[in-house]
Amino acid sequence: MLKDITLGQFFPGNSAIHRLDPRTKLVMLVVYIVALFVAVSWVSYGVMAAFLILAVAISRIPPKNIVRGMKPLVIILIFTGILNVFFTEGSHVLVSFWKLKITLEGLERAFFMMIRILMLITGTFLLTYTTSPIALTDGLESLLNPLKIIKVPVHELSMMMCIALRFIPTLIEETDKIMSAQKARGADFETGKLMQRVKALIPILVPLFISAFRRADELATAMECRCYHGGEGRTKMKLLRYMRRDYLTYGVGILLLAAIITLAVFGL
Amino acid sequence: MEPILQVQNLTHTYSVGTPFEHVALDGMNFSVERGEFIGIIGHTGSGKSTLMQHLNGLLKPTSGKVLLDGKDIWSDKKLTRQARFRVGLVFQYPEYQLFEETVYKDISFGPKNMGLSKEEIDRRVREAAGFVGLTEDQLQVSPFDLSGGQKRRVAIAGVIAMEPEVLILDEPTAGLDPVGREEILANIQAYRRAKNATIMMVSHSMNDVARLTDRLLVLNGAHIAMDGTPEQVFARARELEEMGLDIPEVTRVFLRLQEMGLPVEPVYTMDQAVAALKRLKEGNAHA
Repeated sequence: MLKDITLGQFFPGNSAIHRLDPRTKLVMLVVYIVALFVAVSWVSYGVMAAFLILAVAISRIPPKNIVRGMKPLVIILIFTGILNVFFTEGSHVLVSFWKLKITLEGLERAFFMMIRILMLITGTFLLTYTTSPIALTDGLESLLNPLKIIKVPVHELSMMMCIALRFIPTLIEETDKIMSAQKARGADFETGKLMQRVKALIPILVPLFISAFRRADELATAMECRCYHGGEGRTKMKLLRYMRRDYLTYGVGILLLAAIITLAVFGL
Repeated sequence: MEPILQVQNLTHTYSVGTPFEHVALDGMNFSVERGEFIGIIGHTGSGKSTLMQHLNGLLKPTSGKVLLDGKDIWSDKKLTRQARFRVGLVFQYPEYQLFEETVYKDISFGPKNMGLSKEEIDRRVREAAGFVGLTEDQLQVSPFDLSGGQKRRVAIAGVIAMEPEVLILDEPTAGLDPVGREEILANIQAYRRAKNATIMMVSHSMNDVARLTDRLLVLNGAHIAMDGTPEQVFARARELEEMGLDIPEVTRVFLRLQEMGLPVEPVYTMDQAVAALKRLKEGNAHA
C-alpha cells in the first residue's frame, strides 16, 4: 500500500548519528556525495562502501528499512544499467548483435553507475532517517544564512520546506483514505488501458487537491492567529551548537575526502 | 433464511513482519441477518474501521473468511467486485471524497462503475437524491457550493445509488449540528424501509444507537466484547464504562434512580423513560 513508501521518513532513535548536529550531517552528506563522484576505482569505491556501512551500522537503522525505501527506484537503477551497458564505447567486445554491442567497459561502467546511485540514495536516506524534518530545516536554514546578504529569503524557504515535509505523511494517509472511499464506489485503479488508468486518477486527485488547499488555508490562519510574521527577530527553541562529536565527524569527513582524492590522483 | 453476511474467525494484522505489526481484528465471529439495523460501538482503535473495510472486500483478511450470501467474497475476483456494490460503505467524513462537477455526476459515479444502462443510472441517481432530500435543482450545482451537511448527504447518496443490500456507515453524523444529524438518520431509515436493506452503523452517540438499532456489537481490543439487543448491552453499563464507552443519558439517570431506591427498570430510550415514569406516577397515585 501507499503507507509502505518510506522515502525520506524519520526513524526515531538515539544513536550517535541521530545526536549529531543537523548541520554536520548536511555538510557530511555533501562531502560524501562529492567523494562518491570523485571515486573512480574499485579501491576508492571500497573505501566509500566501508564508510557507508559503518555509518549505517552506527545509526542502528535496520537495513531492511533502507532496502524497502529503494523499491520505488528499481526502475531508475535498471534503466541506468541498461543505458550504460549498451552505450559505452569500448574495445573488449563481449557480445554483439544488430547495432548493439556489449563491452567489458560497458559492463564495468554500468556496475559502477548502479553502485553509485545506490550509495548516493543510501547516504541520503541515512540523513533523512536519522534527522527529524524540523532539525533538518533548522540546519539548512543555519547553513544558508549567509545568503541573506544577497536577499535570499532563507527563513521563508526553510519554513516552506518544513511545512512540505510535515504534510507528506498526512497527504499519503489522505490519499489512502480517498482511494478506499472511491474503491468502495467501484472505482478500479488496477485494470484498463493507460488512458483509462489516468482517468481513474481524477476521483483521487480532485479531492486530494481540495483538501490540500483547505489544509493550507487552515494552517495559514492558525499561523496568523499566533502572530507569525516571518523570520525577523524570531528565536529558536532548540539552538544548534557544535559538540565534540561534530568536530570529530568533520575530521572524518576531511580524511575521507582527502583519501578519495589521493586515490583518484594516483588513478586508483 | 441464510444470514446475508457471515464473519468467520476474521483476523487482520497490519504491517506483518515490521516493528509496527499490529493485530486489529482477532478471530471475530458473527453473522448479520437480512433487514437488521446493527449499531457498532467501541472506542478509537478497537477495530471498527478495519472490520467495516473487510465486509465489502476493501481489505483482505489475514486469516478467516467473510461470507456474503454464504459465499466467500475472496474466493473469486468477480465476487470481490460484487461485494463492493452489494455492501455499500460510507466512510467517515464522506464529503471529502466528492470530485465531480455536479451533484448528479458525483452520485452517478458508483452506478456507472457497475456498468448499468443510462436510464437505470438516471433512475437510481434521482431515487438516491430523493432518499437524502436533495432537490432537483441541487442535482445540477457543483457539490463544492453546498453546505457541509448537504455535501455529506450527496456523498451518502453516492453510495445509496448503488442500491446496496447492506449499507455500512462510519459515524455518518460526526461533526453535524443536531438538525443535520436527525436528517441524516431519517434518510438512512427511509432507505432501509424502502429497500428492506440491512444497516450497520458505527456511532459514538449511545443515544442514537439505543433509539435506532435492533442489535449492538461492542468492539473492544480487536474482539467482540458484547453482541445483543441495546437492552441487553446497556444492562451491562458498568462493563461498558470500563471499556471507556458511554451509556445513554436516560439509562444513566434511571440507574441512579434505581440506586436511590425507586422501583424502576433501566431504560435506554426517551420513550421508554416517559412510559416508565408514567407507570411510576400512576403506581404512586394508586398507593
